[in-house]
Amino acid sequence: MPGFITNYLDKTVQMTPGQYGSPFWALVYILVVFGGVSLAVVCMNWLERKILAHMQVRLGPMRVGPHGLLQPIADALKLILKEDIVPEGADSFVFLLAPVIILLAVFSVYCVIPFGPTHAITDMNIGILFMLGVSSLGVLGIVMAGWASNSHYPLIGALRSSAQMVSYEIAMGLAVVSAVLMTSLNDSGTGTLSMIDIVKAQNAQHVWFVFKFFPLGLIAFFIFAVAMVAETNRAPFDLPEAESELTAGFHTEYSGLRWSLFMLGEYAAMIAVSSIAITLWLGGWMRPFPNALGGPNWDLAFSLFPALTFFGLAAMTFYSTMRMPKHAYFRIQTIGLGAFGALFALIGLILLVPPVRDRVQDVYWFIAKIAVFLYLYIWYRGTFPRYRFDQLMKVGWKVLLPMGIGVLMLTGIVGLRTEIWDFLQRLVHV
Amino acid sequence: MAQVAQPVATTFFFYMLSGIAILSGVLVITRKNPVHSALALILTLLCVAGLYLMLYAPFVAGVQIILYVGGIMVLFLFVIMLVNIEQAEKQKQFNQQWLAGILAALALGALLVLIYVKGKAAFAFPPPPMPEADNTQRVGQLLYSNYMFPFEIASLLLLVAIIGAVVMAKKRI
Repeated sequence: MPGFITNYLDKTVQMTPGQYGSPFWALVYILVVFGGVSLAVVCMNWLERKILAHMQVRLGPMRVGPHGLLQPIADALKLILKEDIVPEGADSFVFLLAPVIILLAVFSVYCVIPFGPTHAITDMNIGILFMLGVSSLGVLGIVMAGWASNSHYPLIGALRSSAQMVSYEIAMGLAVVSAVLMTSLNDSGTGTLSMIDIVKAQNAQHVWFVFKFFPLGLIAFFIFAVAMVAETNRAPFDLPEAESELTAGFHTEYSGLRWSLFMLGEYAAMIAVSSIAITLWLGGWMRPFPNALGGPNWDLAFSLFPALTFFGLAAMTFYSTMRMPKHAYFRIQTIGLGAFGALFALIGLILLVPPVRDRVQDVYWFIAKIAVFLYLYIWYRGTFPRYRFDQLMKVGWKVLLPMGIGVLMLTGIVGLRTEIWDFLQRLVHV
Repeated sequence: MAQVAQPVATTFFFYMLSGIAILSGVLVITRKNPVHSALALILTLLCVAGLYLMLYAPFVAGVQIILYVGGIMVLFLFVIMLVNIEQAEKQKQFNQQWLAGILAALALGALLVLIYVKGKAAFAFPPPPMPEADNTQRVGQLLYSNYMFPFEIASLLLLVAIIGAVVMAKKRI
């Protein structure tokens, strides 16, 4: 095999392909991440419809495939086959460019997301700055889409969206800074902006930053968790696409494939901001209790989780297979569902093999944490009523921003408490 | 054997980024539609951020993207969207002062040529060994030690600007 393939597979390489300077493996990682995120978006689409339906005591999609499992595929087919309409009077160049900009901005963020200590496309010195900066480019796409449609609802949606995203970015940035400040509590006294090093700092300090300086870390995390819902234009902050007021907001005039690009961008952005929150506050790829429940036995127990998850999924699928109607009309669906369960069980078995088990652990915990966040997103949508726009602005500027500044200052003070105490004592003794 | 990453195709990326930056810079002043001009300006700013990255200044590049592209240009677009564009397109784009323009351009060109010729001695810095590894940390340490005073003055200036903007925009506070 050529050297550029084999040299990165060396066991001693403890770097991301970007750091190692291996374009081939960087490309492989990019394709894997792109495919994985797209698959996650498809799953998320189905799960959101099902979970929302069950929250509202409905069944949700049931017709296409068993329990509507093939609904996302049917939807995607429909969207691809639909006519791609550019309205008359629209600025066609900007109109066609806008969804592409959103997708580019969102997927560029995935360059620095650390799914594991070496499982990232690259690690940058400015990781978190890069993520915030590039994800703020998404608002450009929304503004362009709203303006280029040459129509009232999209324009109002785009104006709302840009005002909302610019204001919540500030609170978000302050919360992030207070987490970055916590990384500087080491011997050298300098923090880091690199995503991988932020998680390593949490490992070195033996605490997830959400529990650090309780309750300061928790408040910063709360600010970020609210701001990130607003940043991704999701309920209860989905004013830019409030369907009762603006039909569909900034993407009212889009149809077919371009509309689905907006949806893909929205869900991918949700995964991206969730992974920022996980990296900064929830210990990134680390498993729960790496220190309290340490030792080889616990390591082994926790490394079985990925396989157990897939066995659980397989068991659920087999149970549903048994409960399928026994009519001949459903025979193909039943066989398909059984095969799906068998696939899950097979993946679970593969995850039991020791080399795979050890490699996959980090990625598994990261993705499990993302899944919790995505469920929260759906839960918010099912339970919270939508804010009014002035309330939204009030929350952003008059609640989250002062809270963010306060937490930042308190974090600094608590982090320097010994130095401040020494300084005060010297003042008294002089 | 773990090796340290070497930059790939540096010259190519330099010429590509500079070329796009200049091209979109020209587009900024030649487009009639102000939204198209703003979009071209965004492309220019992104290319400049890429050039900062090539100069081993990742922090400056990141701040360039966050502040200029994500913040200022979004507000630009926000304002432009509310302007009546059809009226703006009918207005004259260039004035007739081409003599003064050429003189100014020549003066700037002469200055740049002079720097290019003489500058090799004046700006002779040794290439930093493994520079981007702790660039951001160095910037932070310098800002909070040697350049504390200018940094605080600049932030005070910004605070004054914020308060001034609020006072002017809001009739009743």
